[in-house]
Amino acid sequence: MSAVGVTRASRAHAGFVAAIIHRLSGLALAVFLPLHFLSLGLAFEQEAFEGFIAWSNNPLVKLSEALLVAALAVHFAGGVRLLAIEFFGLTRAQAVWIACSFAFGVGGGVLFLLRAF
Amino acid sequence: MSAGTNNALQVKVWRGDADGAYESYEVPQQENQTVLDVVTYIQRHLDAALAYRFACRVGVCGSCAMTVNGRPRWTCRTHVSRVAQNGTLEIAPLQNLPVIRDLVTDMTPFFEKWQEARGRFVPGEGPRDTLAQVPPEQTERAAASAAIECINCGVCYSACDVVAWREDYLGPAALNRAWAAYNDVRDGDRTGVLKAVSAASGCNNCHTHQSCAEHCPVTLNPTFSIAGLKRATLKASLKGEL
Repeated sequence: MSAVGVTRASRAHAGFVAAIIHRLSGLALAVFLPLHFLSLGLAFEQEAFEGFIAWSNNPLVKLSEALLVAALAVHFAGGVRLLAIEFFGLTRAQAVWIACSFAFGVGGGVLFLLRAF
Repeated sequence: MSAGTNNALQVKVWRGDADGAYESYEVPQQENQTVLDVVTYIQRHLDAALAYRFACRVGVCGSCAMTVNGRPRWTCRTHVSRVAQNGTLEIAPLQNLPVIRDLVTDMTPFFEKWQEARGRFVPGEGPRDTLAQVPPEQTERAAASAAIECINCGVCYSACDVVAWREDYLGPAALNRAWAAYNDVRDGDRTGVLKAVSAASGCNNCHTHQSCAEHCPVTLNPTFSIAGLKRATLKASLKGEL
């Protein structure tokens, strides 16, 4: 319906960025899920499972695992932010929640990175 | 023009209907100049056919909202010095509304949605000679007060991504009004508000991007009002009232 071709500078604020990161991290997790179920399924066949574990020791896989944990943490925190605003009616504290969400997400990712290497 | 500065503003203004295009104008820059002053200068000195709306010029009537450098704003209270980027302005009509011509949009869908959201008072059964007692500290009164100062400018509606995605979505202004109406304890059919806003086009579409709250010129927070409606409709539906 918006006919006029203007840029959406109106999206450049914390609430919108938080919503987009929530969505993108959700998509990343959804893409990862089939792989996760595959590895769980392989646990019944020892040889294949050990092969999978060996493959997962590859540094690139470790890095992507770290990113997945970060995505999980960010997505979780994004959900907390939504619940805080929608069910507990926080308003002035919204910005604080957004900031905390990101801190929590990044923190989780970094912690995992430290453990992985 | 009175003596200001020698600098000229480069202003691109949307001309025509939805299939129109930007036209460029050069407007003398003044020390204290609002975006509405710029548009008025163009209409009075450069192009008399330019269509735009304004009335009060002091931020009360809500009729002069436009998209300025990509953001919806009340142009009468927006100083050029705050929003011009390298001496340039790009002025377009509000988003999410049909363009009639130039900077004028058709506000009909916007106001129809206020009715659809039941943002109006419905009298109760009580006798008319009893004056309702509504203490200022009452929770409902406080919630209504926080939502009530809307000037109907359409800025939030223009900033809302959900309105852009879904044409029938009631939008932040109408839902904010519905929240004020729902919190009017004198209302004879408060559940009726919840029925109206819990329709498929209603409050549960909100994605909490908070662009409405970010852009509201009178610093209302429609996201908060919509969240209140979500909670109230959830409670009412659990009780089987909807």
